[in-house]
Amino acid sequence: MSKSMSNVDVVDLAELELREVNARLQQHNGSEQGGHFRVINPNGAHAVACGLNAAVIVEIDGHTGYYAAGMNQAAEVTIKGNAGPGVAENMMSGTVRVTGDASQYAGASGHGGLLVIEGSASSRCGISMKGIDIVVKGNIGHMSAFMAQAGRLVVLGDVGADFGDSLYEARLFVRGSVKSLGADCIEKDMQDEHRDELAEILALAQVDANPADFKRYGSARKLYNFNIDNVGAY
Amino acid sequence: MCGIVGLYLKKTSLEPELGRLFTPMLIEMSDRGPDSAGIAIYQDPVENEETIKLTLFHPDDNFDWDRLTELLNDELQLSATIDDVASHAVLICDGDPDLLTAAIEAYDPDLQIMSIGRVIEIYKEAGLPAAVAERFELAAMGGSHVIGHTRMATESAVTTAGSHPFSTGLDLCLVHNGSLSNHNWLRSELERRHGITCRTENDTEVAAAYLTAKLLEGRTLHQALDESILDLDGFYTFCVGTADGFAVLRDPIACKPAILAETEDWVAMASEYRALTSLPGVADACVWEPEPATVYSWGKEAA
Repeated sequence: MSKSMSNVDVVDLAELELREVNARLQQHNGSEQGGHFRVINPNGAHAVACGLNAAVIVEIDGHTGYYAAGMNQAAEVTIKGNAGPGVAENMMSGTVRVTGDASQYAGASGHGGLLVIEGSASSRCGISMKGIDIVVKGNIGHMSAFMAQAGRLVVLGDVGADFGDSLYEARLFVRGSVKSLGADCIEKDMQDEHRDELAEILALAQVDANPADFKRYGSARKLYNFNIDNVGAY
Repeated sequence: MCGIVGLYLKKTSLEPELGRLFTPMLIEMSDRGPDSAGIAIYQDPVENEETIKLTLFHPDDNFDWDRLTELLNDELQLSATIDDVASHAVLICDGDPDLLTAAIEAYDPDLQIMSIGRVIEIYKEAGLPAAVAERFELAAMGGSHVIGHTRMATESAVTTAGSHPFSTGLDLCLVHNGSLSNHNWLRSELERRHGITCRTENDTEVAAAYLTAKLLEGRTLHQALDESILDLDGFYTFCVGTADGFAVLRDPIACKPAILAETEDWVAMASEYRALTSLPGVADACVWEPEPATVYSWGKEAA
């Protein structure tokens, strides 16, 4: 996928309006065509690189504000800095990587794809996740994975209070400590299949950690109407 | 919504630049609060122990401030001086704050006292933050620290009185993004137990009054905020200033945004990072999101 720097289209948020920048990044949406963009001077702007729907590479040089890389599909977005609230919200596929920290509700409602946060994320990380994989190298805040339905959340650091409250079928892996578990979230056995699954996600995220060091958490399945015969449907 | 911003200088040589550095921070938060804006700036401390300064507001831009001053001087045997800018004026004198307040309020019911202290001055007005900053010539002001608010009104009217910041005690000021749910009960408790009267129906003023009560009991700003976590119920991010202190606190749920940045020269807080991007050296600053229910404080009164 990588291209030489000469093919990188540099888009300057100090020069262009946000809508012009996003239109430029979205120009290949719906097509097979790739592209490589570098967004400079984001200066905490909102909704940078949202609504991408093509296998383009986008590098953002600096911190972003609310809702960066939202609704991402197929694109590979890297934020070289911190991300504000709601980064990679409702992602469908592709990859979003944050080299710094992420604010509240990172990866909320995501249906697919991979979100990697190299720093820490704050509260409500992965809230209502529906199939996205999220890997956080640092810590995450309280109420994370609230009502998480599907997908995997992997945390190398520590987790805040009320982890996985009202959890559905998302799978949670934590290497550090968990301050407290939310309603219906329990620690589960870590078996070979889980270690294999975790190793696969860590490799995809290019994060170096030993799956044997993690604990697994999941739903006790007492809070919602769940019929084990239907598990394949989730 | 609402936007809050604060800037605390650690290097005195930057003090003449305070207003210039802070103005773009306030204006950047216009989207979060286009209804009104206000600042509490800590500048030109009065020299004498007995001297106080008051920021006054009158809705009439042509209000005769000199006449008020003459009358106060006659009535209370003072030698007060006054300096007005737009709808506000700063009165400096050696006098008893309670007697002054009574005399000022008796003179004209439209007159409002925005702040009393030895360092603080408050300027606030309905209108876009850029217009408010220009009206009070914010960019030309100096000082040690400043906190500001851009308001999107939810629970009370868009007026100067309803604008933030609120100051209740000497030199104490608080700006707030969020809403408090037990402010009515607290307001009556503060009046009953501590004799502290709030001037408006606003929830934020109650939080400021609460901190005033705690400081009067001898708590440091940091301790007062620590105790507020148990006593104040609601959603909030606070930025607080005292004569020589600056602090930030978010409630335990922490859904109201906040970001802090610090260099060797300054500490800055804002609702969003974009309000900090014009500060010198921000690219190399330590930037972090304040943890829930954790007090961050700077300055002499902090510890």
